Formats: sequence, C-alpha cells, structure tokens
Amino acid sequence: MIGQSLHDLFYGFGVALEPHNIMWSFFGVLIGNLIGVLPGMGALSAISMLLPLTYTMHPVPAILMLAGIFYGSQYGGAIGAILLNLPSHPPHAVTCLDGYPMTRAGKGGTALGITMICSFFAASFGIMVMVFASPLLVSIAFKFGPTEIFSIMLLGLIAGGTMSRGSPLKGVAMTVFGLIVGCVGTDVNSGAMRFTFGFPELTDRVELVALAMGLFGVADFLRSVNRMHFVGNETKVRLRDMRPSKDEMKKAFLPMVRGTLVGTLFGAMPGTGPTITTFIAYAVERKVSKHPERFGQGEIAGVAAPEAASHSKTQVDFIPTMSLGIPGDAVMALLLGALLIQGIQPGPQLISEHADLFWGLIASFWIGNVLLMVLNVPMIGVWVKLLQVPYRYLFPSALFFIAVGVYSTNNSLFEIGEVLVFGIIGAVLLALDFPVAPILLGYVLGPLVEENFRRALLLSRGDMTVFFTHGISAAFMTISILLVAAQVFFGLRNALRARQGRKPEHLLPAAGKPLDEIAVEE
Amino acid sequence: MGRLEALGKDVVGGILMIAIGIWVTIQSHQYPAGTMSRMGPGFFPTALGVIMILLGIAITAVGVLARRTKPAVAEKQLPPEWKAWTLISLSIVAFIVFARYGGLIPATFAITFISAFADRDNTWKSALVLALGMCAIAWIVFWWALQLQLPLFQWGA
Repeated sequence: MIGQSLHDLFYGFGVALEPHNIMWSFFGVLIGNLIGVLPGMGALSAISMLLPLTYTMHPVPAILMLAGIFYGSQYGGAIGAILLNLPSHPPHAVTCLDGYPMTRAGKGGTALGITMICSFFAASFGIMVMVFASPLLVSIAFKFGPTEIFSIMLLGLIAGGTMSRGSPLKGVAMTVFGLIVGCVGTDVNSGAMRFTFGFPELTDRVELVALAMGLFGVADFLRSVNRMHFVGNETKVRLRDMRPSKDEMKKAFLPMVRGTLVGTLFGAMPGTGPTITTFIAYAVERKVSKHPERFGQGEIAGVAAPEAASHSKTQVDFIPTMSLGIPGDAVMALLLGALLIQGIQPGPQLISEHADLFWGLIASFWIGNVLLMVLNVPMIGVWVKLLQVPYRYLFPSALFFIAVGVYSTNNSLFEIGEVLVFGIIGAVLLALDFPVAPILLGYVLGPLVEENFRRALLLSRGDMTVFFTHGISAAFMTISILLVAAQVFFGLRNALRARQGRKPEHLLPAAGKPLDEIAVEE
Repeated sequence: MGRLEALGKDVVGGILMIAIGIWVTIQSHQYPAGTMSRMGPGFFPTALGVIMILLGIAITAVGVLARRTKPAVAEKQLPPEWKAWTLISLSIVAFIVFARYGGLIPATFAITFISAFADRDNTWKSALVLALGMCAIAWIVFWWALQLQLPLFQWGA
C-alpha cells in the first residue's frame, strides 16, 4: 500500500513539474500572496475572484493554480496577521494574538521567519502523512457518525472558548454568541427562516468573510482610531532579522512539532475546519507551556504552533475533502466547487480515477511551498513597507480593501452592511473585555454542531445518553467535562485564594496607588 | 455612560449577555421546537438562548463578587471618540450607497475620503490625495486586473 502511494506521489511530482503546470502554480502563489497581504482580502475572495479564469483551463492546471492561490494567500494572511493584526483568513485570528505583539516588540521579522519555517515543515510532514497513512485515516474517518462528530465539535468549542485570554466564562459566552450567529438563515432540515429580520439576503447565513472583517478589521479601527499613530514602531525588518536565532528556533521547535501533530489529527476528521485546529493548537500550547501568562504578549510558541497546525491541516484536509466530499471549511468548499465545474465528482473513486489530479495536487503543494519561500525572501522588503505606513493612511485604505473584498466574494452590497454591524458589535464587546475570536469559531461550527446533534438524536430516538455510550464519543465527552471541571476548579481556587490572601491594606481605597501596580495585580 | 462604568465591565457585559439570551429565547419560540427525537428548527436556538442567560448570570455574579472583594479601580479613561466612530460608520454606509447609485469610483472616493477625517491628523489635502490614490488602485487593480463585477460609473440602480 505504502509502495503504491510512494509510486503515485512520484507520478504526482511528474505531473506538477510539467512546465505549464508549474507556471500556473507559480502564478497562483504570486497572486495569492499579493492578495493575501492586502488587508481585508483573504483566500476566499482571491479564489472566488479568479475562479472564472479557470473555466476555460484544463482541470489539472486549474486546480493547481487555485491551490497556489490558496496557500499563497494563506501565507500572505499570516503576514497581515503578524504585521497588521488583520486576519484576512479566519484561521489566522489566533496568529494575531501573539504575532502582532511580537511585531510591536520589534520582532515582526522573526515571527515571519518562524511562520515560514513552520509552514514548510508542517506541509512536508502533512504530505508524508498523506502518503503513509491516508488509507488508514480514511478508514477511521469512515467510522465517524453524527454522535462522534457532535462530541468532537463540542470539545473543540469548549477548548476554543476557554483558551481565550481573560475570563473563560466570557470566552464561552462568546462561543455561544457565535453559535447563535451561526443559526441565522434557513434551517437545513425544515427550511424555516431563523433570525433573518425579514432580509432575504440573510436566508443564506451571515457571510463568513463579512463577519471576520467586521469583528477583526472594522472593530479594531473603531477601537484604535486617534489612539494609534504607527502600526509598527518604525522597526526595520531586514532579511537577516527573519532568520530566527538558535535560541528562538529551540523555543519554537517543540510547539511546531505539536502544532503539526494537532493539525494532522484534525485534518483527518471530516467537517473540522482549520479555524478550530489553530485554536486548539494554541490552547494546547498554552496548557503545555511553563509560562502560560506570556501568551498574548508575543510568545513565539503562540505563532509557531497554530501556523504549523494550519499548514499540516491543510494538507491532510484533502483526504476527507477529496475522498468523502466533506469540505473542512469554506475554502475547501470553493475548491470542491471548482472541481465540480470541471466535471470531476469528488468521492472515494476520485483518487483512483483522477490519480494525476490528486497526486499532482499534493506534489504541487510541496513545490508551491518551496516557491513561496523563494518568493518571500526578496519580497519581504515590500511587506515591511506596509509597516511604515502611518495609521491615519492605513485604516481608510484598509476600509476600502475590506469593502471591495467583501463585495467581491458574492457581489453583494448587503454584506458590506453586515461588516459594519459586526464591526460595531465587535467594538462594544471588546470594550467590555470580551474576546471576539471565539465568535468566529462558534459561527463556523454552529450549523455542523446543530446538524449532527439533531441527526444523532434522531438515530437514538431522542436518547441523550447516546453521546456517553458510544466509545469514541464517550472519550471526547469525558475530555470536554474534564476541561470544564478544571476551569471551574481553578476559578474557584483563585477566588478563594484572593479572599484568604487579602491583606488589610487591600481594603483601603486604591486612590494613592500607581496605575501600573494595580495592573500587575489584575 | 458614567453610571454604566461605575457598574464595572463584567456587570454590564453580563447583563448584555442576559439580554441577548432572553431575546434569542423569545425569538426562538416562534419556531416549532419539536421533540427530542425529531427536533424542529426552534430547539437548538432555544437551548443556546437559555445557556446564554445562564452564562450572563454567571458573568454578572462574578462581576458583583469581584466588586465586593476588590475596591473599585479607577482605570485610565480614554475620551470617547464619537466623531471618529460616526465618520467610520458613515463611510461604510456611503460606500454601499455610492456603489449602488454611482459606481465603483465614487464609492471608493467616499469611503476613503470620509473615513480619513476620523483621524485628527488628516487634513483636506492628505485625505484628498489618499482618496484619489485609492481610486487609482480600485480602477487598475480591482476593475481592470481582477475584473470586479461593479461598473466604474453608473447612474441609478
């Protein structure tokens, strides 16, 4: 089996290295990278804008180009997340948490370098896993019924909600808010309209890109206007800054490996998107770390793990997407759409029937990652120029890019209105110290969670215990309960300690206290 | 505003969550809930609404308790930026209106020009230059190169 896979992979390299294929791949990477760096433009808008171009092409170069756009913009998105705190592609929301503080500390170049190394390492690992383990992973993925899918998603939601900075209660509340936002639109089972406020545009759910851009783009502009003057502190990121020091490499190595493993694990499961993967990779890293308090303040592990996870996940994600036809996220769904337009039906027979396409695609991912590294070494100066743009020029331009980017995903002006609404909601929530990233997680998983919950109970005839009696599901549920119990336990212990350890002078009004001392206490 | 701040962020946030939860629960009552084995469209949102109310109560409780154990801390207050917030929101609305009744170029000009004034350091001249620059990008990159489905100029819908 493995010999066969290796043979197929070599064949794939042959396909991907054909001159016109590699040319389209390079073109895709270049355009994707360029668009991905623009604030407000992510893989979704880039692919949907260039999709019409592929109608006249052959299937193989068409898919290679779209895939090139995908990982090009994915890497470009990481640049935007690290340098500008703008996640154009939702999975990078987590990268912002530590990547942006690194930029502010003058370490933006290192963060980019680490991202590049991690993505290359993780992608290479993901390809190896596909080759050696894809038959096995597919057979496990086949065993997942709605019960198991619901349990794993619940685990993901709880982990995602409690991992955010600050109060876990608020994180979970935001996850639930995201689930509620995910309910907006037509109910798949009954066709009933929910929470549409009478807008026909809302029957097709809230647009993902609009939600992300509102919560992370506009909300941030509303918060920072007149309070920020330069995005970076005019630090110069040169080529040699991008090469992480030995010490930084050492710090990033284990998180990179762990992130890759998380990404690989989740890639094999149908329906779990890259966003949840990066969130979990980050959560794991924070739990494992000896200095969890440093996360969110520019910890290198907080960049390495999610970036590695998202890239290995992207690779492995092609197993369920191609073999089962279940896309992990919106981008995968778009790529599936492109395949269907070309007259290729994804399903178990795809790998055998269109071997050139499947293995060529995998090989092109590796080649594309090499291209990406080669391309970004000379281009880094251009990306860094973005840093030197004063904020007063940056945010009006970014607003325009957001508006055009959101419009281009569906040619809908209504969705730009959604951006504004979620921007204001996001700004209010941020002002009240709520983390906004879990909203996105809840939104993406919401419909899948509901669907699988309903299906599981339909199969069990309304018996709720089914989640605890099925082996795999029971394991996920147990971990979820342990997670909640641990949070409650630590929360109560901290509260008790705060009460017992309270010294008399704390009762005095804090009038005379300097501000920074209070901040340390918090 | 001042009275809200006196309550503390957790209390305000918790009450907001309770309000959202109540609204969602009431709204979901319009949709049939069905039975456990055959759930209707109302079941899941109702459950979410109830969970939200419970979380809101918990957040409020934590906020109230924290107030009791810890004396009120005067945080560094930043003055509200009403003008900037209005201008940014307005610029997005302007983009939608002008894209519908004017085309890509007027919309681009509007969103950049109006939002530029949200920042106090921008002058008429810098806002104009920025807006014209963005129009050029809109024309060359989006309309010409990426073939954005929006005419440069159009009158009426």
